[in-house]
Amino acid sequence: MSVASQDTAIRTGRVTRTLIYVVLILFALFYMLPLYVMVVNSVKPLSEITGGGMMNLPREFTLEPWFKAWSSAQIGVEPTGLSPYFWNSIKMVVPAVAISTVLGALNGYVLTKWRFKYDTIIFGLMLFACFIPFQIVLIPMARMLGLMGLAGTTWGLALVHVVYGIGFTTLYFRNYYAVFPTELIRAAQIDGAGFFQIFWRILLPSSGPIAVVSIIWQFTNIWNDFLFGASFAGADSQPMTVALNNLVQASHGVKEYNVHFAGAILAAMPTLLVYIVAGRYFVRGLMAGSVKG
Amino acid sequence: MGFLDIDNTTKAYGSVEVLHNVDISVQEGEFLVLVGPSGCGKSTLLNMIAGLEEITSGEIRIKDQIMNGVHPSKRNIAMVFQSYALYPNMTVGQNITFGLEMHGTPKPEREKAMHEVAKLLQIEQLLDRKPGQLSGGQRQRVAMGRALVRNPDVFLFDEPLSNLDAKLRVDMRTEIKKLHQNLGTTIVYVTHDQIEAMTLSTRIAVMNGGYVQQLGTPQEIYDSPANIFVATFMGSPAMNVIPATVRMQNGVPQAEISLHDDSKSLLPFSQANLAAWKGKDILLGIRPETITDIDGADRKSSNIAQMTNRIVVTEPAGSDTFVSMQLGGKDVIARMRSDAEVRAGQDFEFAVNMEKAVAFDPQSEDRIAP
Amino acid sequence: MAHTADADFKTRLQNWIPKLVLSPSIAMMLVFVYGFILFSVYLSFTDSRLLPSYGWVGLENYSKLWRLSHWEVSLKNMGIFAGLYIVICTSIGLGLAIFLDQKIRGEGLLRPIYLYPMALSFIVTGTAWKWFLDPGIGLENVMHTWGWESFEFNWIKDRNFAIYTVVLAAVWQTSGFVMAMFLAGLRGIDNEILKAAQMDGASNWNLYRRIIIPQLRPAFLSAFVILSHLAIKTFDLVIALTGGGPGRATELPATFMYSYTFTRNQMGIGAASATIMLMTIAAIMIPYLYSELREKR
Repeated sequence: MSVASQDTAIRTGRVTRTLIYVVLILFALFYMLPLYVMVVNSVKPLSEITGGGMMNLPREFTLEPWFKAWSSAQIGVEPTGLSPYFWNSIKMVVPAVAISTVLGALNGYVLTKWRFKYDTIIFGLMLFACFIPFQIVLIPMARMLGLMGLAGTTWGLALVHVVYGIGFTTLYFRNYYAVFPTELIRAAQIDGAGFFQIFWRILLPSSGPIAVVSIIWQFTNIWNDFLFGASFAGADSQPMTVALNNLVQASHGVKEYNVHFAGAILAAMPTLLVYIVAGRYFVRGLMAGSVKG
Repeated sequence: MGFLDIDNTTKAYGSVEVLHNVDISVQEGEFLVLVGPSGCGKSTLLNMIAGLEEITSGEIRIKDQIMNGVHPSKRNIAMVFQSYALYPNMTVGQNITFGLEMHGTPKPEREKAMHEVAKLLQIEQLLDRKPGQLSGGQRQRVAMGRALVRNPDVFLFDEPLSNLDAKLRVDMRTEIKKLHQNLGTTIVYVTHDQIEAMTLSTRIAVMNGGYVQQLGTPQEIYDSPANIFVATFMGSPAMNVIPATVRMQNGVPQAEISLHDDSKSLLPFSQANLAAWKGKDILLGIRPETITDIDGADRKSSNIAQMTNRIVVTEPAGSDTFVSMQLGGKDVIARMRSDAEVRAGQDFEFAVNMEKAVAFDPQSEDRIAP
Repeated sequence: MAHTADADFKTRLQNWIPKLVLSPSIAMMLVFVYGFILFSVYLSFTDSRLLPSYGWVGLENYSKLWRLSHWEVSLKNMGIFAGLYIVICTSIGLGLAIFLDQKIRGEGLLRPIYLYPMALSFIVTGTAWKWFLDPGIGLENVMHTWGWESFEFNWIKDRNFAIYTVVLAAVWQTSGFVMAMFLAGLRGIDNEILKAAQMDGASNWNLYRRIIIPQLRPAFLSAFVILSHLAIKTFDLVIALTGGGPGRATELPATFMYSYTFTRNQMGIGAASATIMLMTIAAIMIPYLYSELREKR
C-alpha cells in the first residue's frame, strides 16, 4: 500500500483493459467470499442457513448468534461462550508482543551498530529459528514448561511466543538499523553518550515505523497461533483460536452454524481491525520476512 | 614531542594490515590534512585518533596522554562527519549541546556556549529547527558548531565538504580556513580532494595503500613530490610524467625525450646530481604550468629550455588554455595563458621551465632529483 | 601514564554491554531452539511412548515410521498439497500482480482485499470454508435451492478430493501475499529498460516474457521458499477444515506428528517424523538464508 504507482511504460488496448478489470474484480469477489459468508450468516437465524440460504442476505436480522458465541456457547464442558478465551488471548498477546519487540530492538541495535565476531552467524541462527517446524520443539517445550512450573498457564504461552518471535523482531530491527547511518552513532559516542543513551536518545526516536511493523506482526502471529495454544494451554488458559476450534468441532448437539460464524468473526476481529487500521505496516512486515529488507 | 603524536601506529583487520607504521607528529595549532584516494587508510587513521577504531599496534598520544583504549568521549576531541551526522530527532540547539549534556555540563552553561557558537557560525536563527529542514551548507555549519562548542584539543574532520555542491564547497573551504586562523585550533582533516588539501593545510600527509607516501608542507609536496604517486595525485591537471634518457652535455645532465615525430629533444636539468644516471632511463616530471609559450615563461627562472612540438588538441578553459601533445609516447598537457595563440595541428615553440622539473627512478618510482 | 589503563573501566564496560544485552536472546535461542531440536532428535532414537524415555533403540522408530501407511498417506498428501499450492499460488500471485501493475484505477482498494486473508487465523479461515463447502448447508445446498437440482459438490466429504479443498483454502489465504511480493518486484524494475525494449519493438507479451518475468527471479525464489515452508508447516488449516479426514484423506506430516505424539502416545515415532520435517525445511531454508545474509554484507 505504500508502493507509489509509477509511470508504467506498458500500454494496453481497450479490450485487454476491460478483461483485466473483469479478472481483477472476480478475484476480489473470491477473496471477499468467505468474509461475506461469515458476516451474513452470523446475523441470521439457524433455520435460514439450514434452509439453503447461506448465500442470501438475512431475511430476519438477529444479533443473537453473536451474544451466544460471546457469552453462552458451549466450549468444551462449560457454557461460557468465547469471552474468557478472548481475555486469555489478550493476556498472552500483550506481554509476549511487548517483550519480543523490546528484545528485537535491542538485538537489532547490537547486531548492526556494535558488531563483533560471529555476529552474522548468531543472527543467522536466530533467523533460522523462525522457520523451523515447531513440531520439533513441542515435546521438550512441554517438559520445560513443566519444570518451570508454567505448564498450562498464560505466562507459559507468552514465554513460548517470546522465544519463537525474537527471530522475526530481530530481523525487522536489524534490517531497519542497518541503513541507519553509523556516523550518527559515532558522533554520539564522541559526544559521550553510552550504549543505552545512544539507543534511547538517537535510535529509538527514529524507530517508530519499524516498531509498529514489529508489534503488528507479532500481534497477528501470536493471536492467530493455534499449535502452541493447543499443545501447551490448560483448560482455563486456552487462547481464542483453540476455543473457536473446540466450538466448531464439538460433536454433540445441534450444529449452530450462525454461532460458529459469529465466533469466527470474534476471533478474527482484533487482527482484522489492526489490518484495516495499519495494513501498510502489516504488509511491510510480511515482505521483510520474505524478500530483501 | 608534539601536541598530537601518532607513533609507529598500525591497523590490521585479522591478518590484513591496512595501515603500516604511521608516524606523524602534529604541533599545536597545526592544520594537518590526510589526503589520498579512497581505501588509502586516511579515514581509518582518523577514526583511530577519534577512538572509533582500535589501534592494533603503536601509540596515539594527545598532549602526552596515551589514548590507546581511551573512550572517544574522554579524548577531548570533536569530529565533523562527512554526512554531518546530525541527530534527526533533535533541534539544531539540542544537536549542538548534546555533547555538553552527556558530559554533565549544567544547563545555563550549555545555553551560553550554544549561543556563542551559534553567533560565531551565524546560525542563531536556526537553533529551533530540525536538521531535516536545513540546507546542506546550514547542516555543515551546525556540524561544525557541535564540534566547536566542546572546545576540544583536536578537531577531526572527515571529508566534511564532499556532500556540498561545487560553489558551496569553495565558500565553506574559505570559512573553515578563517575559523582555523581565528581560533588557532589543532585540526586533522581527511579529504580525497587535493585542492582542499593544498588550500587548507599547514602540512599534508599524502597516503596510499596504507602508507604515508609523503609528509610535508603544501609547497614541499607540490614542488618536490617524493614519488610518482604523490606527483600525479597532487595537482590538477596532474604532473606530466615523461619517459626520458639522461645524457651529458658540457657536464650538464640533459633529459632526452622523443617528440611527436620521434625526433629527440634535449632539456637540460638544473641539478647536477644526475650524472650517475648517465645513459639510463628515467621518468621526467613536469607540471603543466611549467610548459608554456615563450612569452609566458617564468621570468624568474634561470633555466628555460625550448622545444618545438606538434599540438594535438587545445582546450580553452577561460582563465587558461590547456594544450595537449605527445612527448615520449605519452599524452602531455601544457597550461598556457588564455591569450596564447595556439591551434591543433600546429608545430609550436614551447618553453619548459626546467628549474621546476623533477626526475624519478622508473623502477622504484621514487624521486632522484632534485 | 599507566593510569589510563584502569581509568577507563567505563570504556571496557561499554565494550561488554552489547554482548550482555544480546546474551538473554542468545541463551533462549540456544536452549529453546537448538537445545530442543537436539533433544527431539535424540528422542527419535529412543523408546519414548507416553513420556520421554531414554532407552536407545537406534533407527527403529524411523524404520517403523516408513512402514506406517498413515505416514505414507501424509507424505503423498503433502506432495499433492505442496505441489498444487505452490504452483497455483505463484500463478495467481504473478497474474494478479501483472494485472494490478497496469495503472489500475482502484488499485488502492483491490490490494488490501487480496491481502487481508493473511491477517486471519487459519482456524477462522478453516471454519468459514468448512461450512461453505459442506454439501449439507453450503454451496451444494444453495445451488439446489436456487433450482440447480443436479449440482454436486461434496469434495470435502470425498476421500479422493478432500485434499483439494485444503489446497483451495490455503491458496485463498496466501495468494494475495504472493501477489504483493511479485508486485514489489515489478515496481522495482527500471522503467527505462521497458521503454528501451518498446523502442526495440517488443510487444507486451514479449516484454513480459523476455524482459520483465526473467527479472523477477528473486521474487520467484522468495515465493517458492516461503510457500514451501508454509506448506510443510500447514497444521491449523487442516485441523479446522477437515480434522485430517475423511478417514486419513487430508492427513499431513504436521498432523501426523501431533496425533502420534499427543494422542497415540508414540512419542518416539512422533519425534522421528518431526525430525524429518525439520530436515526438509532446513534443506530449503538454509541455502536461502545463507545467500540472503551473504548479499547483505
